[in-house]
Amino acid sequence: MNAATKTPLVPFDEALTRYEPVMGLEVHVELGTNTKMFCGCATEFGAEPNTQVCPVCLGLPGALPVVNAKAIESAIRIGLALNCEIAEWCRFARKNYFYPDQPKNFQTSQYDEPIAFDGYTDVTLPSEDGGDGEVYRIEIERAHMEEDTGKSLHVGGATGRIHGADHSLLDYNRAGIPLIEIVTRTIEVPGDKAPLVARAYVNQLRDLMVALGVSDARMDQGSLRADVNLSLKPVGSSTLGTRSETKNVNSFRSVERAVRYEVGRHAGILDAGQKVVQETRHFHESDGTTSPGREKSDAEDYRYFPEPDLAPVAPSREWVDELRGTLPEPPSERRKRLQAEWDFSDLDMRDTIGAGALELVATTVTAGAAPQAARKWWLGELARRSNDTGVDLADLPITPEQVAGVQALIDAGRINDKLARDVFDGVLAGEGTPEEVVAARGLEVVSDDGALGDAVDRAIEANPDVADKIRDGKLQAAGALIGAVMKEMRGQADAGRVRELILEKLS
Amino acid sequence: MTTRLHASDLAAQLADGSVTSVEATQAQLDRIAMVDGDLNAFLHVDAEGALAAAADVDARRAAGETLPTLAGVPIAVKDLINTTGQPTTAGSKILEGWIPPYDATVVARLRAAGLPILGKTNLDEFAMGSSNEHSAYGPARNPWDTGRIPGGSSGGSAAAVAAYEAPLALGTDTGGSIRQPGAMTGIVGVKPTYGGVSRYGVIAMASSLDQVGPMARSVLDAALLHEVIAGHDPRDSTSIDAPVPSVVEAARRGDVAGLRIGIVREFGGEGFQPGVQRRFDEAVAKLAEAGAEIVDVSCPSFQHGIAAYYLVMPSEVSSNLARFDAMRYGLRVTPEGNPSPSAEQVMAATRDAGFGDEVKRRIILGTYALSSGYYDAYYGSAQKVRTLIAQDFSAAFGQVDVLFSPTAPTTAWRLGEKSDDPLAMYLEDVCTIPANLAGVPGISVPIGLADDSGLPVGGQFLAPAQADDRLYNAGAALERLVPAPVLEEVAR
Repeated sequence: MNAATKTPLVPFDEALTRYEPVMGLEVHVELGTNTKMFCGCATEFGAEPNTQVCPVCLGLPGALPVVNAKAIESAIRIGLALNCEIAEWCRFARKNYFYPDQPKNFQTSQYDEPIAFDGYTDVTLPSEDGGDGEVYRIEIERAHMEEDTGKSLHVGGATGRIHGADHSLLDYNRAGIPLIEIVTRTIEVPGDKAPLVARAYVNQLRDLMVALGVSDARMDQGSLRADVNLSLKPVGSSTLGTRSETKNVNSFRSVERAVRYEVGRHAGILDAGQKVVQETRHFHESDGTTSPGREKSDAEDYRYFPEPDLAPVAPSREWVDELRGTLPEPPSERRKRLQAEWDFSDLDMRDTIGAGALELVATTVTAGAAPQAARKWWLGELARRSNDTGVDLADLPITPEQVAGVQALIDAGRINDKLARDVFDGVLAGEGTPEEVVAARGLEVVSDDGALGDAVDRAIEANPDVADKIRDGKLQAAGALIGAVMKEMRGQADAGRVRELILEKLS
Repeated sequence: MTTRLHASDLAAQLADGSVTSVEATQAQLDRIAMVDGDLNAFLHVDAEGALAAAADVDARRAAGETLPTLAGVPIAVKDLINTTGQPTTAGSKILEGWIPPYDATVVARLRAAGLPILGKTNLDEFAMGSSNEHSAYGPARNPWDTGRIPGGSSGGSAAAVAAYEAPLALGTDTGGSIRQPGAMTGIVGVKPTYGGVSRYGVIAMASSLDQVGPMARSVLDAALLHEVIAGHDPRDSTSIDAPVPSVVEAARRGDVAGLRIGIVREFGGEGFQPGVQRRFDEAVAKLAEAGAEIVDVSCPSFQHGIAAYYLVMPSEVSSNLARFDAMRYGLRVTPEGNPSPSAEQVMAATRDAGFGDEVKRRIILGTYALSSGYYDAYYGSAQKVRTLIAQDFSAAFGQVDVLFSPTAPTTAWRLGEKSDDPLAMYLEDVCTIPANLAGVPGISVPIGLADDSGLPVGGQFLAPAQADDRLYNAGAALERLVPAPVLEEVAR
């Protein structure tokens, strides 16, 4: 039992009165290449275990790796987007350690020769009112390429951990998927900002990866995962403390909470005059705490050496320049530009981003919808359906182009907002495009005066008292008659024309 | 009797229909049944598979199909090279009974060229050794004297070819493991240029040094096999993407008139068996008579070759052999008296039981050489020596076309004679190691029997990278000038 775990947590704000946090972040990004880092196996998420494997990614005797050129390209583009230098010549190295998840018992990685190094990115914290606040520069030490390991499943125990399990299953589908590890230098921010900056940085990396199109960067699926390194030093001191490394934190909020928790935990240990143990830690989403993982002793020695089975990587300067030309607008600048173009308030923008709908709205606007209309559908009707079904907004079976199509039908007066919901029902149920759903379900608005006039006559006849009020000049009462007509016509009446007909008939 | 034919002659007989591949293959199987009990050259014989492949070739030939030159000529494959349908053990208990789910590229090329695979040959465990005494399945024996070693690590392939069990065999050469056993059994062995033959599917010993190559009873046979297995393989990123040198043409030429041959000053004299030295000096004289220009050259860094090799090789070994951990294939041993061992304890117990002493020795050496704090002193220095050796080669090849030396300092020794002295055994590779460190090709050609031991002696030519054809030219010339000794029968 680690004595340090018994020390009380110190509240975050109080800890900062005595200690300064020293923080560094390592973010692993799974690249969205079609094939693995060193072989031609598919990388699809969620496939049946061990169906996307071959002698190479299983590390079978005799198998040899061959580098995936697309992964190199992605690595270079990520490096450039993070303002890094791109190595003229670099190599892979073997990182040797035994672990059942790891087919070869070494990981093919990069050690002293990363493909990208010495970069930076600026993160902007939100201000109180939801607008832009302070900007902090995060220095990037390196971004290097490596391969992912497989996954173990420990069966038969209470905790799902190896302890107490009666057997373990190994799934190597993930083994060999290309990863980029982005490592910051020590992040120099005021202690009270550390959790927010950490969160904003990881968020920004996610946006950047999506904008680059190199990864789906989904933290919930582990395709973007952050390790939080943290130590404390007494205020005013320059002596670095012992660090802990909280592994695989998998949401933006958890990154923030992990920093807060570790600051309090370290402070408790130091206040009690004890020593922080250098170790990796697990983060628990349920209560925001961390618990010890593997202890990292000084004896840990990965015995790195250049991978003799792979030729060195030497990207030509022409290629690097060409790739520089493919970089997208930086996400923060793009957001500012879109907010101005769309005339969104800070709050509109924050909600859109918060809902993970920025790209969906942008694409819907590109497809012809007005920005506010696009926002209304994605954050309203479709967000509700996403909540109801538990399917992510982006994974709903409807495209931004189809949403724009629905709005176009409204703008053309062929359907109204209520009918639009029925159209969404149809599209989501797989009945086809909005046009097809409208045709198949007969959802077009009726604006033919003959049919509408008859319905209006029947409504007046059925509601003589309402008709009298309107005749007396209380025009707001027309709503009740419109409602009656709508009800009769199952929502398909052109409400504007109905109103005009009512007023004509009762004037 | 077809078993004593050179592959080129057998191929001619197959082509003109005087013998079928099934007959030739059956003759080899009969020969194996007769002599392999004494030799232990084969770890596995696949009579059924070989005869099926032979029958297929015969049928295609009967149907009038034009077939590759060696179609129908049987071959033996070192048991370090993956074969579907046949076990691949690497000479180790840790892989006992393992049948690979894929063919090595070289094996796929053999199959495509129609060579029936007779079986898998004995070797030092994971190719670690110079005598074949480190096989977990017992030593292979030298057909010239079964009380002696056949050389290593491709000792099984060498013995099989020398004893007429197979006309051709594949070996692998990391520090001399094709050339040295070739010399000790009186056959031809070639280590091609590094990257000239795919390593895909060949169980790695030391990735930056390993090379697959041909073993045969004539230089032309080796060249014919070389052309079957060589050439670019996209599955091996160290494979050379350039045309294969015309080695068959060079082997048919065999002319040293005007060829500048460098004699490496450092490879001779003290430490070299007098009988070996005498045969070598005679060979040099004959080459000179035939019109070669003999040039004395110095390669001072070669003396550090063994030291560098025994740092680089075990470093790579320690990493390459880490995958043998009982988790996915091969042996699994549960530690005694521990009903619920951890994964690490199972790995440790399995590796302890499954690896032999020499393998463990090299893993420990390599682990140490790569460990932080020692990396620069050992692995780093060894890499610098490699560079110096490559520079020595460049300088030498600025003066001469090929280098010539004895292949090994001694002839085959008695089983067990050097087993307690690994360092003495390591010295047997002194002449062959520099080629692996620099990636250049080498050939060993028989140059007679040593008068002090009555056993075969080999002469080695070395050439610049990708100039493998020079080796075959010089080797074929030497073969004509100094006929290979003929083994009458396996000597007990």
